[in-house]
Amino acid sequence: MSAPTTEKQSEKILFSRPKALAEVLTNYCPGCSHGIIQRLVAECLDDLGIEGRTIGVCPVGCSVTAYDFYNCDMTQAAHGRAPAVATGIKRALPDSMVFTYQGDGDLASIGMAETVHAATRGEKITVIFVNNAIYGMTGGQMAPTSLPGQVTQTSPYGRDVAAAGYPVRVCELLSSLDGVALAERVTVNNPKNVRAAKKAIRKGLEYQMEGLGYSIIEVVATCPTNWGMEPKDAFEWLADNMLPYYPLGVYKDIKAVGGSAAVADEVGNG
Amino acid sequence: MAEKVLMKGNEALAEAAIRAGCKLFFGYPITPQTELAAYMAKRMPKIGGVYLQAESEVAAINMVYGASAAGKRVMTSSSSPGVSLKQEGISYLIGADLPALIINIQRGGPGLGGIQPSQADYWQATRATGHGDGQIIVFAPSTVQEMADLVASAFDLGDNYRMPVMILADGLLGQMMEPVELPEPLGDAALPARPWALTGHHGQRSHQVVNSLFLDAQELEDSIVRRFQRYEQVRKNEQRAECYLTEDAEVVAVAYGAAARVVRSAVNKLRQEGLKAGLIRPISLWPYPVDVLEHQVGISKAFMTVELSMGQMVDDVRLAVAGRRPVNYFNHTGGIVPTPEEVAVALRRVLAGEELHIVPFHSKLKGEQQ
Repeated sequence: MSAPTTEKQSEKILFSRPKALAEVLTNYCPGCSHGIIQRLVAECLDDLGIEGRTIGVCPVGCSVTAYDFYNCDMTQAAHGRAPAVATGIKRALPDSMVFTYQGDGDLASIGMAETVHAATRGEKITVIFVNNAIYGMTGGQMAPTSLPGQVTQTSPYGRDVAAAGYPVRVCELLSSLDGVALAERVTVNNPKNVRAAKKAIRKGLEYQMEGLGYSIIEVVATCPTNWGMEPKDAFEWLADNMLPYYPLGVYKDIKAVGGSAAVADEVGNG
Repeated sequence: MAEKVLMKGNEALAEAAIRAGCKLFFGYPITPQTELAAYMAKRMPKIGGVYLQAESEVAAINMVYGASAAGKRVMTSSSSPGVSLKQEGISYLIGADLPALIINIQRGGPGLGGIQPSQADYWQATRATGHGDGQIIVFAPSTVQEMADLVASAFDLGDNYRMPVMILADGLLGQMMEPVELPEPLGDAALPARPWALTGHHGQRSHQVVNSLFLDAQELEDSIVRRFQRYEQVRKNEQRAECYLTEDAEVVAVAYGAAARVVRSAVNKLRQEGLKAGLIRPISLWPYPVDVLEHQVGISKAFMTVELSMGQMVDDVRLAVAGRRPVNYFNHTGGIVPTPEEVAVALRRVLAGEELHIVPFHSKLKGEQQ
């Protein structure tokens, strides 16, 4: 929890558990990106000093048990319904800070209607969208963001776009909506990108604090278990395959000139 | 005594909810509950409340879930096909022990059905509110006044037992106008505390969680058993029914909501003819008023439900009567409301010892009406 006290002036704590992150074991697989991303969210809650007025919403997916991982108030939501639940909380308690933590199946498939409408209403919530191109919790089925040709349990011959359609680019889709304050895609495959991801998450929360509208931070992430890869290989696969399809960058920033920025030049694995 | 005003049932439900401290309404347009949402859209902004038209029934009930988790009195309203869509969210409300008021102004089904009055959602309300083990309290008003009165009870019981409550009415009650005396508005200070709510811990307490997930089977069983212990208290304490001319009744009709209004006329007609007919009108459909029926078994020779469905509540009467007396049913469905004359003929035949069956009976009955 809190940083250990030190007697020596020369000792400096460089790394400790964020205060907002509960001291419990997570149920994530080894090498999974969730650990990094949830830590970043917790660090931002600490940095902004908002844990005490934050309520998190975690819907169905690998992240559903995240209600135990944060020290702020938390609720679990039905599959895809986190934006609606978050809307109810935020409308009931306008001074609270509300974030959802949603996977790709949850946000872009079963919860697409809730996502689009919370976004277009400009709900003052911050959405952390973890896109790992697969259904993790149920064991590796094709997701709305699975890449063309990607082999999954339910696309055993590779995603055939003629039959299964094309992957959804969520930030691009949502960036056309007036209610969106921030739509940014980041990843966590190296320290530089991890720092950029944290900056984006913090910005999303700050935009909520300023009442600017809906913010979404899409984190392109890995699922080594269901991709059938070592964690290091998974990050390489992410850089080689996912980032070309899901370019990193700011897709909408209400504070940028014209309100919407072009795709940032930082495309690729950074 | 407050002044009586002439209101539609749907509007009375809305105004009574506001007076009971409901500050948030989430809904989706559907006939025949329209006036309720329209009333809320007008009133909520004036009292600092929230009216939000959701993108779907599914979203609306999940917004209710969020607002309830945040500790507020909250409601939604819909009609039969819309309530089907809400069942997922109702199951989660049950599983997370969250109170909420759900209004169902029933119309005909299945499928898109029709928009005329119906009582065909009895099973859905009392047996099938989403997946899993669980119940909700269900109230069935039969007048506009009772619609207004039951709203406050619904919120209070929801808070008390930490469970969703449904007011199951129909298009007839929702759209008819009657004089109604509204309760005095409840101040925020009068609302029950919700110490379990997610309000942000503000450094004052440890974090709280609203959740319906228990991956450990024993934990899940324990949580369900605890909930069912609460249901036992509900069954014991919250049965409600009106008994009309039942003390000496040889034949008793059991009917709720709009159907009960028709039956009351039929009973009056039979009494004028010297026949001992009575009416039991369940007001709580869950918990079902089994105690009243148990008492009546010792008095009456036969029972008959009158329903605007193919006969759903009749199951509960049969369970309560448990084979000790014949239990018949008379119905119309699809939006047709029976006439008092039809019901009177049916009751007379039940009293004469006849067993009534549904559809064929209708065609035979036509020539016998007086």
